[in-house]
Amino acid sequence: MTVLSADSPPRSRKSELRPRRRRKWTGWGFVSPFLLVFLFAMVAPVGYAIYLSLFQDKLIGGNRFAGLANYTQALTDSQFWTGFGRVSLFLVVQVPVMLILALAVALAIDSARLHWAPLYRISIFLPYAVPAVVGALMWGFIYGNQFGLVAEIGGWFHTTLPNPLDNTLMLPAIGNIVTWEYIGYNMLIFYSALRVIPGELYEAAELDNASQWRIIWHIKLPALRPAIMVATVFSIIGSFQLFTEPSVLYFLNKDVIGSAYTPNWYAYSLSFNGQEYNYSATIAILMGLLTVIVAYVVQRIGQRKGA
Amino acid sequence: MAATETAAPPRAARPARPVRGAWNPNRRPKSKTLTLVMTLGLVYSLLPLFWLLVNSSKTQANLFTTNGLWFGGHFALLDNIQQTLTYNGDEFLRWFGNTMLYVVVGAGGATFLATLGGYGLAKFDFPGKRGVFALVLGAVAVPSTALAVPTFLMFSKIGLVNNPWGIIIPSLVNPFGLYLMWIFSRDAIPNELLEAARVDGAREWRIFFSITLRLLRPGMITVLLFAVVATWNNYFLPLIMLNDPKWYPLTVGLNQWNAQSQTAGSTPIFNLVLTGSLLMIVPIMIVFLVMQRYWQSGLAAGSVKQ
Repeated sequence: MTVLSADSPPRSRKSELRPRRRRKWTGWGFVSPFLLVFLFAMVAPVGYAIYLSLFQDKLIGGNRFAGLANYTQALTDSQFWTGFGRVSLFLVVQVPVMLILALAVALAIDSARLHWAPLYRISIFLPYAVPAVVGALMWGFIYGNQFGLVAEIGGWFHTTLPNPLDNTLMLPAIGNIVTWEYIGYNMLIFYSALRVIPGELYEAAELDNASQWRIIWHIKLPALRPAIMVATVFSIIGSFQLFTEPSVLYFLNKDVIGSAYTPNWYAYSLSFNGQEYNYSATIAILMGLLTVIVAYVVQRIGQRKGA
Repeated sequence: MAATETAAPPRAARPARPVRGAWNPNRRPKSKTLTLVMTLGLVYSLLPLFWLLVNSSKTQANLFTTNGLWFGGHFALLDNIQQTLTYNGDEFLRWFGNTMLYVVVGAGGATFLATLGGYGLAKFDFPGKRGVFALVLGAVAVPSTALAVPTFLMFSKIGLVNNPWGIIIPSLVNPFGLYLMWIFSRDAIPNELLEAARVDGAREWRIFFSITLRLLRPGMITVLLFAVVATWNNYFLPLIMLNDPKWYPLTVGLNQWNAQSQTAGSTPIFNLVLTGSLLMIVPIMIVFLVMQRYWQSGLAAGSVKQ
């Protein structure tokens, strides 16, 4: 992943450092504690999951090497692909909506034309502090039919609003929860990037009598490019890895969420309810792979357009 | 924002100074329309939180009978808090203690390891450094949810499930934190200072503890903040790792209460789920508000390509 890469990788600093020979291995001393835990808790589990995904546990014959059989099974597994299609749809709709809203809020707060701008910045960022579980619980209650706000608002107007937790509206309902949680986070990424635009650019624009829209289009948006890329890539990953919200809403409508609403939820259900560890590992690895590929491709496209 | 500049190490965000010299945006007239539109956004962000506060103050019966957007009936917040804390043998307090344990050891340890590593990568040359760097950068994009199932599978093989280590060890790895510490170390620690200390005969570890840690403090607070939020909110991993409620963190415990409430035949405790949620978000919100400026420096350093 090069999203976060810097143009000055370690090598370029060499000349300044000129470490003496006796310090050659000192750097390892500092890096190795992190690296050991990293290898144990991140690299090894992925390796073990890949290993597991190559085996099958059969009633007859026990645990035996199966090559890529689990992967071929996954490729034709309609439950997996339905879940994948669902998170893809989620990505295509929710991510742009959220990022455009976040961008608009960041530009508004940065425009200096807003009264009490810090109040808005803090308030809109605040939902990010709410743990995803609590966010989903809260919205679940608001949507829900027990003492839900949605039904109550319908009651004020003497109508029945559609149930947000039914089959057709569940995905938009989840989209709303995620949007609510992350608008502020993305807004702050954009806002931080806007704050470091050098003042001279604005001065020049002002001398040219450029309108606000032109300033946004020609100065602010180009400066936001890298930040938008980072936010997009992280949002793609977040969508593909969707888990917490469906797992909490599961208790509100078990039929709709089922056992394979999203690929992650599917991997979880396979491990937990089915004890199908090998296949669960396969789904986790496959989904991780698809996430990396899509994130990488999107980032490439973004970079090419930027060049 | 003056606060932002003091928060970040001097050049953490970017070489260009984030100061808008003579051009003073505050001269421009405020827009009522913009403020009005933004107020809709503000309401959207705060309404669910307000709803939670209102409904945490109701008895379970009143939840169903009173207006959801305003206080109604008996004001039962204190009762609810008391019930939440004592329900089922004080399990909420136990879960709170667990969450604190995971946060302090997990996030604290993650910050320390990231600081060591970031400093090591920024200030030393050693064989294999480029490989380490590539590995860590690659890992930044790996989401913790993608790792939950593989980590569970491996940990259950070696017997690390259903105990606190199963949660703590994975939390210790924070590649994004290490990446931030690399940037902060690179920018905030002058090489001349390290050289001077070495000339004076100081050992590397002494230099680290007496000079580096001091200079990196703002950066460490930023990384700690991200790590604290990540561990406080951690859900998938503990959900999959633990089956004994004794080790649950608050996130998993609350969802368990919700599951109980939604299951026919068991005792619904909606008021406790709501109050528990409220109690869970209050501390983290305070941390958020107090530490605001550190967020911004972290997000700026992390997202702006150098």
